[in-house]
This record gives sequence, C-alpha cells and structure tokens, in this order.
Amino acid sequence: MAYSDKVIDHYTNPRNVGTLDKSSTQVGTGLVGAPECGDVMRLQIQVDENNVITDAKFKTFGCGSAIASSSLATEWLKGKSIDEAITIDNMDIVEELALPPVKIHCSVLAEDAIKAAINDYRVKNGLAPIELEKSHH
Amino acid sequence: MNLPIYLDNNATTPMDPRVLEAMIPYFTQKFGNAASRNHHFGWVAEEGVDYAREQVAKLIGASEKEIIFTSGATESDNLAIKGVFEMYKDKGNHIITAVTEHKAVLDACKHVEKLGGKVTYLPVKEDGLVDLAQLEAAMTPETILVSIMYGNNEIGVVQPVKEIAAIAHKHGALFMTDATQAVGKIPVDVNADGIDLLALSAHKMYGPKGVGALYVRRKGPRVKVTAQMDGGGHERGMRSGTLNVPGIVGLGKACELAYNEMASEAARLSALRDKLQNALTVLEESYVNGNQEHRLPHVANISFKYVEGEGLMMAMKDLAVSSGSACTSASLEPSYVLKSLGLSDDLAHSSIRFGLGRFTTEEEVDYAIEVTKKAVTHLRELSPLWEMFKEGIDLNSIEWAEH
Repeated sequence: MAYSDKVIDHYTNPRNVGTLDKSSTQVGTGLVGAPECGDVMRLQIQVDENNVITDAKFKTFGCGSAIASSSLATEWLKGKSIDEAITIDNMDIVEELALPPVKIHCSVLAEDAIKAAINDYRVKNGLAPIELEKSHH
Repeated sequence: MNLPIYLDNNATTPMDPRVLEAMIPYFTQKFGNAASRNHHFGWVAEEGVDYAREQVAKLIGASEKEIIFTSGATESDNLAIKGVFEMYKDKGNHIITAVTEHKAVLDACKHVEKLGGKVTYLPVKEDGLVDLAQLEAAMTPETILVSIMYGNNEIGVVQPVKEIAAIAHKHGALFMTDATQAVGKIPVDVNADGIDLLALSAHKMYGPKGVGALYVRRKGPRVKVTAQMDGGGHERGMRSGTLNVPGIVGLGKACELAYNEMASEAARLSALRDKLQNALTVLEESYVNGNQEHRLPHVANISFKYVEGEGLMMAMKDLAVSSGSACTSASLEPSYVLKSLGLSDDLAHSSIRFGLGRFTTEEEVDYAIEVTKKAVTHLRELSPLWEMFKEGIDLNSIEWAEH
C-alpha cells in the first residue's frame, strides 16, 4: 500500500514534535492508544487566557499514518479556540491525508487525543470534562 | 549499488539467472507434456522433469522416486497433512504441530479438526524452539503425524528436527517438516534427520514461483498420502495435474546450485548477518528475537523497543524488509510467531526481519545498517514511549486505553 504525498510529507517533516510542561495549568495533555495496539499518541496544547490554543506539540509511537495524523492535528489546533478545536472530526483528517480504510483508526486516535488534551485542560482549570462518545475502534 | 535494497529474502528470492537460462527452452522448443509417453515432445519434457527430480532429491538426500512436484510449499503442506490424515485415519486421528508454524500448516490442521481430527498445537520456548519433553508428553497412541517446521520464516530458528523425528517414530507416528526456509540454505538430509514427509518451495531458493515439491518416504516406512485433487493420476497418483515442466526444471536447477554453493554461501551470509546484527544491537533497547545458535544463516529478527515496526519501515527508505507489526489489519494483531515466544505486544510491534540472500553485498549491508540506525533514532525522537522510558517511567504502570 502506498502512502499519500501528504502522509509522507508529515512523516518526513513532522510539525510540532516535542513536549510542553504537563504540570502547567495552561497545558492540556492527551495520551491515547496503547503500546500493545501498536500506536500511542501524546498531544499537548498550550491555552491562553482567551481560550485560544497558542501552541501544540505531539509525540507518537505508531505507523506513518498515525504520525502524520497527529502532526496534522497540531497544525490545525494552533490558533483555534478550545470550542473550535473540539469540533475537529477524524474524517477531516482522513480526507486531508487521503488515508485508506485500514488507516482510519489513526485519525480516530488523533481525534481522541485532541479531546483528551482539551479535557485535561478543562479539568485542570476547574471545568467539567466534555462528555465524549466512547471511542469507535 | 542500486536502490532500493532487497532484504526480504524470507518472503521470496530473486531468480538466479542460471535458473532462468535452464528454464527457457522448456517454454518454447521443449514444450511437450511430460505425460505424453508416445512421442518425442513428451519424452523431451519427461527427461527434463526426471533430471529435475534427481536434482531435488540429491539436495535433501532422497531418492528421485520420493519427490512429488506441486505448485509450492503451501500445496505440499496441505497434501501432506490432509493426505496423511485421510490415509491413516484407521490408525488414529491425532496430529501434533506447533504454534509457530506457517499458516499453510496451521490452517491445514484446522481443516483436519473440522473433519473430526484432533490437533495439539505445541507452544514454543522463549527462544522459539519446541520443548522435546512437551512433545513427548503430547504423543498418544492415536498420534499419526508430527508436523514441525525445519526453519522458521519469521525468526529463522532451526528446530531440533532429528530429535523430534525420533520421538515421533518411537510412538509410531510419521514426521513431517515444512522445510521451505531451510532447504538450500542449510544441510537437510531426510535419512539422517528421520523425515517422512518434507515440503519445499522453489521461489525461496532462487527458483521460480508457483512450483515446489513434497518428499514422501518410500522405504522404512513406505508412506502414502491421499491425493487432494482428482485427475490424471500424475506423480504416483498423489498429485494430479499436467506437470509444470519449465517450473520443475527451474526448481531442479535451483536445487543443484544450492547444493553446490551452500557451504560457502552460508558462511558468507552468516558473516554479513552477524555484522548487521552486531551493528544494530549496539542501539539501546534492541533485542534479537529467537535462538541465535540454532538459526538459519541469512536472517535476523530484531526488535527496536519504543518504535513501531511499520513506521520504522517507512523511515528505512530504500530498504525492503518486513515487520512483525500488522498495523494494516483490522485486528492490529502483531505477529503470532513473536507473541508465542512470550514477547509483549509492544515488542512484537517493534520488530523488523532482515532477510539476506545470494545477491546481497557487504556494501548493501553497510548501507542498511546506517539507514536503520538513523531511522530508529529519528522515530525514537518522535516516540512518547521512548521519552517516558528515558524519564524512568514504567510503561506498565500506565493505564492504557484499550482500543
């Protein structure tokens, strides 16, 4: 199976690889997946006082599509408000990266990571976590 | 050096040009049906087949009358297992095999179970070898067949075939071995090893795809298998179908070349393999899978902890290797062979199989070492698990979301 050019681009030049201070109240961290399943994503957002995401970082253990999905997610998150970020749908990632059906779970994981990071931020700041539909994979 | 570099010789091998050369006349001038007994064209084809039968037999220490040509090792495995089960059903209905066998053996055994047979799937030890005491304990008076592979396709471990055969015989069972990965690579002798049935394939030893053979012992004991296809009764009635003459000639030539060159080639390849393995296990948290003493000379299966195999292969640009990770399958299940060694799923996901071959050069191995090292380092920089490991966090202490 050949990878799309966009997957290869994100895989070869991943955007926003790194680590934010997870103890900061400004930072939300989402860690999803499991080593046994062959993919783990850690996505972090830095949020300012206006609820705007000013920075996003990721690290991913997984296949090329998983790495590309999380790299793309960090690009999209920067500059968005929390409310906008929560609406990012895994199918948007599928479309943008032209992921084949066997790789859809990578995009689902990226969506889960975004939501987990937002919830971590909310809980840290005394807000109720957003009810998430149970993950579909 | 030409890119990409092929290091997946356990999947298939390029055909040796000398094999192709031997085959070519049998497509055009010598096109006859080897079963045409009454004219020149048939005789010429039959002559080619007979010669190939000798070449194959010689490589495994058999008599040419004991070689049944098939379409490949999958067919040979099926014919041996299903054929023995049918032929010997009055004697018993129990077959013993191992969990690390090739799917062709495992699924043929599953088929036998559907027909009312009983199958024991032996576990393997951490090094991938069958435990002989466990085998002995599994033998029953109903056991008609023990089927254990010679060399494993994923990790390359070589089973104690001779000892396994002795145990099978002691209990009155036949011993069959899928020797697809071993024949032509290491010395295999059906008499010295005590093998009653043996499956082999041409395309794993620089021959053409679509042709293989099943060795069926004729003396001490005389073994029979029930044919699995009905037709003209070719191959002593055990495998009907017009013989694939060019393919068979190619298989024969491939066996002859392997016979002549095996000793020097095995020494060359194991030196290259060791060079590769030693250079890559210098990397922190990298492990060789399977027994390293009893192993095929041309394969190394290495787990690079905290990076995922498929992602790693993508970074190993211009290297054709294979991974124990199966991120493309719906189940996300990693290799069942690696898991049966007791490897945790994450280590199984992190494995790469390097399969060297006759046309692999030292320059290519050096290149592969550099590319792999860079790829592992790059992916670890991206890996949250590596970061946690470096921070001293026990990954088992984390509650991972099942998915």
